[in-house]
Amino acid sequence: MLRLITTRVVLGILTLLAVSVLIFAATEILPGDVASAVLGQGATPETLAAFREELGLNRPAYVRYLEWFFGAIQGDFGVAMTNKRDIITSMTPRLENTFFLAGYAALIAVPLSVSLGIIAAINEGKAVDKVANVISLAAISVPEFFIAYLLIIIFAVNLDWFPSLSTVFADMTFAKKLHVTALPAFTLTLLVAAHMLRMTRSSVLSIMSQPYIEMAFLKGLSRTRVVFHHALPNAAAPIIAVIALNLAYLIVGVVVIEVVFVYPGVGQFMVDGVTKRDLPVVQACGLVFAAAFIILNTIADVLGVLVNPRLRKPR
Amino acid sequence: MRIMGHQPNLSAWIGLAIVTSFIVIALFAPWIAPYGEAESVSETWASSTWQYWLGTDNIGRDMLSRLIYGARMTIGVALLTTILSFIIGTCAGLLAAIGGPIIDQALSRLVDVMLSIPLLVFALIILSMFGSSIPTLIITIAVLDSTRVFRLARAVAMNIVVLEFVEAAKLRGEGLWWIMRREILPNALPPMISEFGLRFCFNFLFVAGLSFLGLGIQPPFADWGGMVRENGRAISFGIPAPLWPAMAIAIMTVGVNLVVDWILSINARPSGASAEM
Amino acid sequence: MIAVTKPVLKITDLRVENLTGAVLVDNVSFELRPGEVLGLIGESGAGKSTIGLAAMVYARAGCSITGGSVEIEGLDSRKADAEGRRELRGRHIAYVAQSAAASFNPAHTILEQVCEMPIQHGLMSKAEAEAWAIELFRALDLPDPDKFGSRYPHQVSGGQLQRAMAAMAISCRPKILVFDEPTTALDVTTQIEVLALIKKLIREYNTAALYITHDLAVVAQVADRIMVLRGGKEIEIGTTSDILNKPKTAYAKALVTERKAADKISVETVEKRGPSVLEVSNAVGVYGDFVAVKKASLSVSKSETVAVVGESGSGKSSLARLIVGLLPRSEGSVRFNGVDLPPALKSRTADNLRRIQFIYQQPDVALNPRQTVGDIIGRPVEFYFNRSKPEVAKRVDELLEQVGLPKDYATRLSTALSGGQKQRVSIARALAAEPDLIICDEPTSALDQLVADEILKLLKRLQDDLGVAYLFITHDLGIVRRIAHRTAVMLRGEIIAEGPTERIFSPPFHPYTEKLLASVPELRTDWLEEVLAKREPGGKPKKAKPKV
Repeated sequence: MLRLITTRVVLGILTLLAVSVLIFAATEILPGDVASAVLGQGATPETLAAFREELGLNRPAYVRYLEWFFGAIQGDFGVAMTNKRDIITSMTPRLENTFFLAGYAALIAVPLSVSLGIIAAINEGKAVDKVANVISLAAISVPEFFIAYLLIIIFAVNLDWFPSLSTVFADMTFAKKLHVTALPAFTLTLLVAAHMLRMTRSSVLSIMSQPYIEMAFLKGLSRTRVVFHHALPNAAAPIIAVIALNLAYLIVGVVVIEVVFVYPGVGQFMVDGVTKRDLPVVQACGLVFAAAFIILNTIADVLGVLVNPRLRKPR
Repeated sequence: MRIMGHQPNLSAWIGLAIVTSFIVIALFAPWIAPYGEAESVSETWASSTWQYWLGTDNIGRDMLSRLIYGARMTIGVALLTTILSFIIGTCAGLLAAIGGPIIDQALSRLVDVMLSIPLLVFALIILSMFGSSIPTLIITIAVLDSTRVFRLARAVAMNIVVLEFVEAAKLRGEGLWWIMRREILPNALPPMISEFGLRFCFNFLFVAGLSFLGLGIQPPFADWGGMVRENGRAISFGIPAPLWPAMAIAIMTVGVNLVVDWILSINARPSGASAEM
Repeated sequence: MIAVTKPVLKITDLRVENLTGAVLVDNVSFELRPGEVLGLIGESGAGKSTIGLAAMVYARAGCSITGGSVEIEGLDSRKADAEGRRELRGRHIAYVAQSAAASFNPAHTILEQVCEMPIQHGLMSKAEAEAWAIELFRALDLPDPDKFGSRYPHQVSGGQLQRAMAAMAISCRPKILVFDEPTTALDVTTQIEVLALIKKLIREYNTAALYITHDLAVVAQVADRIMVLRGGKEIEIGTTSDILNKPKTAYAKALVTERKAADKISVETVEKRGPSVLEVSNAVGVYGDFVAVKKASLSVSKSETVAVVGESGSGKSSLARLIVGLLPRSEGSVRFNGVDLPPALKSRTADNLRRIQFIYQQPDVALNPRQTVGDIIGRPVEFYFNRSKPEVAKRVDELLEQVGLPKDYATRLSTALSGGQKQRVSIARALAAEPDLIICDEPTSALDQLVADEILKLLKRLQDDLGVAYLFITHDLGIVRRIAHRTAVMLRGEIIAEGPTERIFSPPFHPYTEKLLASVPELRTDWLEEVLAKREPGGKPKKAKPKV
């Protein structure tokens, strides 16, 4: 089993390496090069040359990749092209903000949706299930900003309970911060919870149609015992996978939400970088997002191995 | 009325009605819209009147007309993307399933790596390089999305490849192309129909999201995501302008999802949870 | 024994329907007295399992019990509420399923699952239940009974798991047991052990039992009475010896006659063999580092049927795959009509491929569900003989007639056919290539008994008409006795005995052949007792003595 876990972790690290190559290579596939792409048609040969020099484009690609990668793992992403500020310095507080928002949403969404998903599954076809199905289908069908604007118009404009813009400062109290970020957190919660509920429901349902569940009922066990003792231990691995997948989704979903609420997180930082075509910033943000995504998936894989009795106790 | 030999239920009918009417609106936009696509007719953010049913936008254009024109761009781009993504994904998936272990490993590992970068993040990186034109947008999203289609197509085809009628064809001495076209493809398509709907919804929301971020379809074309962005500030004043395009996106996706749900339910069986205890 | 003991289970006018309104079980009634075993027998779709579950007042998803009453120990349990039914299940009536591997929860140890019922029904404390479970493990001959329970279901063998399930069923000392095909998933040599233990269990604890199976010979060993079912209706009910010896209805008669045919050899031994079609010598087939076929040699002549028998994992299917080139051989040779065949499929000519055809076990997956019967049968004609469209259509008509299907079936999708009809289409597809040899890989084991019988007769007739040779892969000795001129017995990848069927099936035996022969249930009530009596007291089979 230890071998399986090690394999998963090594696989995660390899993926991260491959992803870093891919992100780096994306900047190399341009016709011409980054300098001409960024400066556009009007650039004179002199400015182009100077710019290339500045970016270090005269050296071979693999050297630049290695420098970039080893810099990145030591927390050095270089400086932004547009304002020459150190990327890591501007990114760190934003990263904290993004994790704060994502964590806030996850803490509400995970317990809520997993329990609702289980309840819907064991009441398949009954009213509870139908209501959960309709609401979650509606929530996954609508774009993030629709929910966001709807919540703003109700809770910020009409009721005036929460602010419509989530401006946070470093010296804010924790309670104040929770209040200010409530709307983006709720929006994210709704989005992710709907996905998670549906996926939890279908994983539990697929377990509930196994012959050993029928056997458990034929043993005269109560419904509660069948669900909690026989179904859930087997549903754990798929549910964990569902949670990890959705937490990963949450990290991406954060991008749009941050823009709607003008929240100073990495998502907005990245979008700004894309609009200004500031490649080092985009690469740095991309790597951070991808790393978070891969780490979550690796954790899910490892937990999946840990809770599977067939893998835990080999023949 | 029966469709594909099955009787749609109420929610499927609602879904079908939504999807067809939106497509009709998109196709005949110039005949339906009361005003022009870029025609400034009133002051900024006028409220709804008999003249302007949904009010006007940030530079005084009729919101309803913009919505009607926007349907073309938004639905059209998402549809093209999905079709392209399906062609790429299905071909690659079938190839991986029957082309032998080396092709399969190469394609599968590439897709694994691509899927381990969140789609939006990947798209942002590429758009930051190429800038945002409609062809770039379509190709980028289609290639990224085709990874999901690939996974499904490969899994479906893998399940078919091991069946004995495929082995029978191999034993007969049939070529790879014949096996792919005659034995596998006809059996792989039905399970992928509902996936087409789901991928369309995903791409539709994805294009809308990118446009909302200002990185998708660019002005002066009307598109729903971009319209939300243009009118976003109005919400703080309590003006519902950005809600209309957002709602149009939502209704379209709900419609497609209702149809997909129905298609999925045709083949679904009740699980053990509903047994008589 | 007093004749008028009260029945422990009384089912009256039972009716089960599914959601679409189809009737699965219609108007079935019977009684079961303490210690009595009733066998429910029938082909697939006869409603046997549905009745077994209905006896526990349980209906699968999508089905419901719509009529009749189920009285367990005098209590009408259909009137009981959910709580009341739960009390009954496990405690008064317990269930043994076909697949133990699927019915044990992979997340818990065997001991935990065996002890669960007495603990949850409040009959025993945890310690008592565990001690009791170990006692049961011992009674059921499970290895190392003290520690057996601490293992997880995937860590023990299929036969052991099946016995553990019997232990689980008996753990509350219920008055009634429902056995749903408990030995069907097992190999014959394992089946006999489990069968013997089930019989012992029923006798020792004096439980009444419903024994569901499709095999008349199996049920004959355990049941006092037998009910024959078809399409959810009762056809005939009677004592076991009455059903076996003087069945009244035509259907029951057909079942009995067909099953009896399996007990004796019905092909004549051909002394002078014709020219050989296929010759395999010293062939070795390897999957990765697993040797599936070890130095196998075998020959098939024109108009001859050679059976390859063995239990699952014996390498019989691998041998077939080696011959057609799906499993490349690493040593030895395969000669066809005197010419060497290359090991790999890709290097064989179209004519090589045409002359050996294959018929599969599962008719459902052997035919492309998106093609019409005409397309399926016509393709080899078109592919090998390059005929024009009307010629192909004419040939398809001929072939359909040959396999006994109406001509208009050519336009149907294969999914619209029954299992037996699909298998006929498979045969027609093989014949379309005008082969010299057809390899049949268990072509009847997925079919119901009477349908399988029809298919065997068809194969025989085609051989007489066309002179085609068969290599017949099977695990069923009954089929071998009926159609095989020669037989090869396989064990762990090796052919341990080969020769005319009559010689293989009579002394002197190879010890494994003898064990195999002794394990196949015969259609008489005293067979199991006889076989068990022959064994030594330790329960181990006697060493086969070579008889001279």
